[in-house]
Amino acid sequence: MSNAIRERVLNKLREAVGRGDFDVPTPPPLPVQEWSREEKINRLQSMLETMHAEVRRTTHADWITTLKEILRERALQTLVYGPDTALAGVLQGAWENDLPALIPYQQDIESFKETLFNADAGITTTRGALAEIGALVLWPTIQEPRLLSLVPALHIALLEADGIYNTFAEMMGSERWQDGMPTNALLISGPSKTADIELTLTFGVHGPKELLVLILDN
Amino acid sequence: MPNRPDKVYFFGTCLIDMCYPQAGLAGIELLEREGIKVIFPQAQSCCGQPAHNSGFPAEAKAVARQQLKSFKQDYPIVVPSGSCAGMLKHHYPAMFAGEPEADEVRRFSSRVLELSEFLVRVLDVKLRDRGQPIKVTWHSSCHATREMGVIGDSKALLKQLDNVELVELQSERECCGFGGTFSIKQPAISAAMVSDKITDIQQTGATRVLSGDCGCLLNIGGALEYQKIPITTQHIAEFILERING
Amino acid sequence: MAETGAVDFQSNVVRALADRQLRGNLKKAMGSLSLKRKAVFSDPEEFEHLRRVGNAIRRRSLSKLPVLLEQLEKNCTANGIQVHWAETTADANQIFLDIIKGHDASRVIKGKSMVSEEMHLNHFLEDHSIEALETDLGEYIIQLDHETPSHIIVPAIHKNKDQIAHLFHEKIPNTPYTEVVEELNAIARKTLRQKFFAGEIGVSGVNFAVAETGTLCLVENEGNGRMCTTVPPVHIAVMGLEKVVEHLSDVPPLLRLLTGSATGQVITTYFNMITSPRKAGEKDGPKEVHLVILDNGRSKILADPQLRETLQCIRCGACLNHCPVYTRLGGHAYGYVYPGPIGSILTPQMEGLHKAGAMASASSLCGACEEVCPVKIPFTSLLRILRDESYAEGDSPHDVDGHGYKRHFTESLAWKGWAVMNTNPTLNHLSTKMLGMVGAFLPKAGPLKHWTQVRTTPKFAKQSLHALAKARGLDDE
Ligand code: SF4
Repeated sequence: MSNAIRERVLNKLREAVGRGDFDVPTPPPLPVQEWSREEKINRLQSMLETMHAEVRRTTHADWITTLKEILRERALQTLVYGPDTALAGVLQGAWENDLPALIPYQQDIESFKETLFNADAGITTTRGALAEIGALVLWPTIQEPRLLSLVPALHIALLEADGIYNTFAEMMGSERWQDGMPTNALLISGPSKTADIELTLTFGVHGPKELLVLILDN
Repeated sequence: MPNRPDKVYFFGTCLIDMCYPQAGLAGIELLEREGIKVIFPQAQSCCGQPAHNSGFPAEAKAVARQQLKSFKQDYPIVVPSGSCAGMLKHHYPAMFAGEPEADEVRRFSSRVLELSEFLVRVLDVKLRDRGQPIKVTWHSSCHATREMGVIGDSKALLKQLDNVELVELQSERECCGFGGTFSIKQPAISAAMVSDKITDIQQTGATRVLSGDCGCLLNIGGALEYQKIPITTQHIAEFILERING
Repeated sequence: MAETGAVDFQSNVVRALADRQLRGNLKKAMGSLSLKRKAVFSDPEEFEHLRRVGNAIRRRSLSKLPVLLEQLEKNCTANGIQVHWAETTADANQIFLDIIKGHDASRVIKGKSMVSEEMHLNHFLEDHSIEALETDLGEYIIQLDHETPSHIIVPAIHKNKDQIAHLFHEKIPNTPYTEVVEELNAIARKTLRQKFFAGEIGVSGVNFAVAETGTLCLVENEGNGRMCTTVPPVHIAVMGLEKVVEHLSDVPPLLRLLTGSATGQVITTYFNMITSPRKAGEKDGPKEVHLVILDNGRSKILADPQLRETLQCIRCGACLNHCPVYTRLGGHAYGYVYPGPIGSILTPQMEGLHKAGAMASASSLCGACEEVCPVKIPFTSLLRILRDESYAEGDSPHDVDGHGYKRHFTESLAWKGWAVMNTNPTLNHLSTKMLGMVGAFLPKAGPLKHWTQVRTTPKFAKQSLHALAKARGLDDE
């Protein structure tokens, strides 16, 4: 039965398309945006900040200190992270008792849900970022699952300054995304928000209430 | 600047013919003052837009053919209405696409110019204001704005007039609710639109509303009068002529 | 809100226009959305270029639609996404029901999807004792009040915060009354978090489906869409079949156009690209992903060489925000799922002119929608075609359902008479002359009756321009 529906729909479409008269214009390509490395960092930072993300520029050597400072300023109980990554190694090596408890995300969501939904913060790496529109790009992995950047009230994202592209088109083109997409790819431009009541913009609706971006730049 | 012609056709529009002949006459006079010979084909009637917009394409086409017949020579066709000009210039070619007359129609349409557009872009007129100080506002028809793109030309003419203070509407690009047969097919919506337009007109403090389109003037003017609001309406051609004659 | 059968558009209009509160809410909101859009597309040339690109992408996709859908199906299937085809909304609902029943589930959490509104999915599932909960804040609000969306992007825009405050207080247990927007949001967050936690099936729409990679793209700000497509073990996505695009590289320009046109954002908080269910070793994400591809009349629209441009739409809502009719009526008056300009061209084609033809007359053809549409849909031409179709006889080149429903002897006769008068100079002169003499005494009946409800009677001139031009001695040719 479902196959019959499929055939019927496709046949109708084939017939419709067969009638022709499609005028498909070819407009000139869009101009290519190019910024210097510094311009890209600045633009990204200011766009993320406009969207209420907090951005700190730091270095590969210092980010952990910066992170600890930030966490100490806030009274958080738990920080969830993805185990078996370079980031995890640094976290585990440098963790101290007065900081929020470090919890690895190493079980399936079905058994980890309770912990995750009660966590205060989640930390992830990023694949890169887009200067033009001010967004982080994440490809969640086995080690760093999808919900790390969504469920906890604070999402901390580490970004390599070298990973900032000019545009989305540039990034997907030069990394040849079309050759293989991950289970889930994400652009994130700030904490979750809504304007559904009288168009009043409020942050922290269903996803994180805060987004903290640490840009690692030497 | 395109070449200045010696002769032009004048397409009076049906609404001007019936209700605003003085506006048409003023347009003709503005052209003649510039040394242009104006030809007015007596066989002309309506551009056909009322039927074209209301679901009667055959009738619209029949009437369009009457205009094609009436403006045969290779003169520019000047139209004191953005809406009718848009019909002649942009809709005729689409209506006759693929038909034997298609080429003739394209040539016809390429000769069409809205009055303000012609005065500014072709004749580059210079106006001297001899009138008393007055505050006016400008309402552009949707087709003058979007199809013909002449809102700048009309306002440029008004800005040449020293004693005329032009206060722009907040909703300058919004429809007044006329829309031809729309105003009688959807009278309640049309009424809501014109009443908002009037509120906007009132907040400008202007004593007169000017437009290049008599459809809008009929709508806005009729509503102002109905509400007994002492703001008058006038076609831009008539207004300019009045100002430069003093 | 009529959901089946004919809609009494004229009475809806009168009711909507009389609702001062509604008009106030709408005016404020639409003005603000328009300003925001203008700010992101501040350079008209850049915008024109971008939307020409958007238009070309959509046209190209439509010109290859069956091939792209098969490619999408093939790639999705290879990625582990199960693809289902639905010809009608009933088919689509049944597919949902079968999947949900197959999992013995009864708690469905939904992200925003206009296609699911088209299907009346929530009602359908409720009739089968399945809870379908809207989780987008705007959708959640109207669901609490048993309403349908009044706007395709901001569904609760017809309500102000006082109305929402009352609603929350009355409908959500143990909720204190508050008009503070932040607090209202917090209430929704708290209530819905429990639902995300417990949801068994997640439902979403699709903004773009990429044929080349079998990827489903979702645009959102709140994070509820990501919740629905990541937390529950099963995700069902539903799309109108026109939503497919050919290449991944088609996505960035369309995304810019969509977010900029919809809410004046350069980018939304989240852009969520889903290419497969949870893979071995992955710790979250649904174990099953289903894609339901719905026709519901779209294939018929595609067959019409002109009307098919309707299918270019990316559902940004900009045409609503800029429409002088929508901004005065709101969405509910239209009586169908899609209101405003896009609704006025789409609904009569989907539902038939005999039911929804009035929507095509609800436009002054001002062209404000055309000016902003990010994929350049020629609304005014399409509305004219639908008007032609409303009166068409057998020889029309189009084939919209309900074709000819308005054909009416007196109206046709009146237009025939009009054409005769305007093609015969002698008659024309005579009739304008007559109007000049008797115009002031015309009875206020028929069209004039509507006109004079808010305006004075037009004043016909004693002498026509034809007569004056002749008297002035102007050459005739
Ligand atoms: S028709 Fe155009 S403007 Fe309207 S919703 Fe669709 S894409 Fe947006």
